Amino acid sequence: MSLLTVQNLQQYFPVRGGLLHRAVASCKAVDGVSFTLNSGETLGLVGESGCGKTTLGKAIVRLLKPTRGKIEFDGQDITHASIGALRPMRRHVQMIFQDPAESLNPRHTVRDILEEPFIVQKMGTKEERRKWVLDLLDKVGLSASATDRFPFEFSGGQRQRIGIARAIALKPKLIVCDEPVSALDVSVQSQVLNLLLDLQRDMGLSYLFIAHGLNVVKHMSDRVAVMYLGKIVELAPAEELYHNPRHAYTKALLDAIPIADPTKRRERQLLRGDVPSPINPPPGCAFGHRMKHPKWEQSVNMDLTLKEIAPGHFVQPCPCCT
Amino acid sequence: MSSTASILEVRDLVTAFDGDAGRMTAVDGISFDVPRGKTLGIVGESGCGKSVTAFSITRLLPQPHGKILGGSIHFEGRDLVSLPLEEMQKIRGNDISMIFQEPMTALNPVQTVGRQLAEAILLHTECSKAEVLARSIDMMIKVRIPEPAQRLNEYPHQLSGGMRQRMMIAMALINKPKLLIADEPTTALDVTVQAQILELIADLQKEMGMSVVLITHDLGVIAQVCDEVAVMYAGRIVERANVHELFAKPRHAYTQGLLESIPRLDSKPKTLLKAIPGNVPGIADFKPGCRFAERSGRNHTAQQLNTRPPFIEISANHWVENCPICVA
Repeated sequence: MSLLTVQNLQQYFPVRGGLLHRAVASCKAVDGVSFTLNSGETLGLVGESGCGKTTLGKAIVRLLKPTRGKIEFDGQDITHASIGALRPMRRHVQMIFQDPAESLNPRHTVRDILEEPFIVQKMGTKEERRKWVLDLLDKVGLSASATDRFPFEFSGGQRQRIGIARAIALKPKLIVCDEPVSALDVSVQSQVLNLLLDLQRDMGLSYLFIAHGLNVVKHMSDRVAVMYLGKIVELAPAEELYHNPRHAYTKALLDAIPIADPTKRRERQLLRGDVPSPINPPPGCAFGHRMKHPKWEQSVNMDLTLKEIAPGHFVQPCPCCT
Repeated sequence: MSSTASILEVRDLVTAFDGDAGRMTAVDGISFDVPRGKTLGIVGESGCGKSVTAFSITRLLPQPHGKILGGSIHFEGRDLVSLPLEEMQKIRGNDISMIFQEPMTALNPVQTVGRQLAEAILLHTECSKAEVLARSIDMMIKVRIPEPAQRLNEYPHQLSGGMRQRMMIAMALINKPKLLIADEPTTALDVTVQAQILELIADLQKEMGMSVVLITHDLGVIAQVCDEVAVMYAGRIVERANVHELFAKPRHAYTQGLLESIPRLDSKPKTLLKAIPGNVPGIADFKPGCRFAERSGRNHTAQQLNTRPPFIEISANHWVENCPICVA
């Protein structure tokens, strides 16, 4: 039974311009994405900046109002639920942000920050909440002395631990982790990744793990989805995706990873150009268009819904890239 | 190493900042060479002093707080530390160039990129408008900027991140420097664009025969493009060796810890990583002795905590800060 089902999700933003500030175009940040996430599973989401991965994460926790499509969480359709109707669901879906310095209120102490989820959900007495805060700090490896301190008094890694403590406070089922370690020092990244793995095991959490570092995503995920210009172009079990990539974009991404082994230097097939703008994206396969593939035109009038080519291995069936 | 083999020789460099809280030593006596025509990687985490090292070499330390307190930086035989400012300005942007992490902040937002490129030329050579234009376009073709003639009239915000970084590389290389210092040149870029930029630097290095100091926190980047590596931690170089030697036989506990802690493509998914405990120390917490002691998980004696370990050549061309506890 899947915990989260996303069907043909579209998240468009109006691009305003002109004298009357009318919407003159739309930015198709997420443009028809479908996937499921099972209980206790980690789905990795990779892609270059501007591909829509953060927008997708925000739409799922309903920080945005999706344009079209369907988001089902725990059997409930939450696509268009009102703020009031969402509140019980928010207990179960939390988010960890990239930059803990910006996602923690600088004027709140750690206690204020960690108590707030309980207050919002009207849980516990003051004493109970204080005890829960201490439990949370212990869970994420911070000492009790942290409670009366402010976020700026902590290092980046410790701040991210506070962000994680806040996310797990209400014992959620799903956490959207948006680049949780990319702002951290290399030696601290692995501590935070280990903490996330430990918490997942102990609490049975599901993660949507968004990152641009492919080695990190592979390490954390059961399955990985590759996004390009608002669409998923390939989705497969982590090992399968890395050993047997089928879409040209996945191959290019894998090829670009700098491997930390000087004996494995590679002559690369370098990608040319940059990610195109999601405002007025090209028709058909956007990556084939970027690569000026001779067969790209065939993809324009094709149904590009993901096809299952091996058990659990889905790929966009365009003639130019697969 | 003799001076003919190295283009840059840094010896016992000490750089400090004077602030309200007193003097903070950001770079605490480091020595290294940059072999001619090769790439030296300086790898380390935030606050380890790698960027301050770069700014010391180019004498671009923030004034009046930043000061070089000791040591020497010999570039082709001349000590940059004691060079008069005017002489330094002739070298900077001409023989030694630098590229920065975030091209959006390094480029002037209210001037066209063409004008900024022309400035780099005209500061060091006298030439006609037509020559400037020809050289600009020639350089932009080299850094693979499409439609260079049109791009010259554009402003930095009109370019993508990758294009801006190419533009900055063009500016740095327009006078054919002998030494390029690249401070996290690809950190702000996507992985695919990073690969393009690194390859571009390597190609131009081959073509122009320049030496490169590449500063990064990414061991993957180091492994892919560097010849020699210096690992910095808390203001000091803890280990220095050829890239193959360093990755195959790291001797210092910090280098070993870093290499073990990064997730690899061939590691088993969802297994715990070997993490280095604790946090990167801030500059105010630098200790006189072995600075990795606290995080090494190994017991150090009071003497080891209070006396700086010697920097020794532990095997041929492999240097290490020889703390007896952290170096096995």
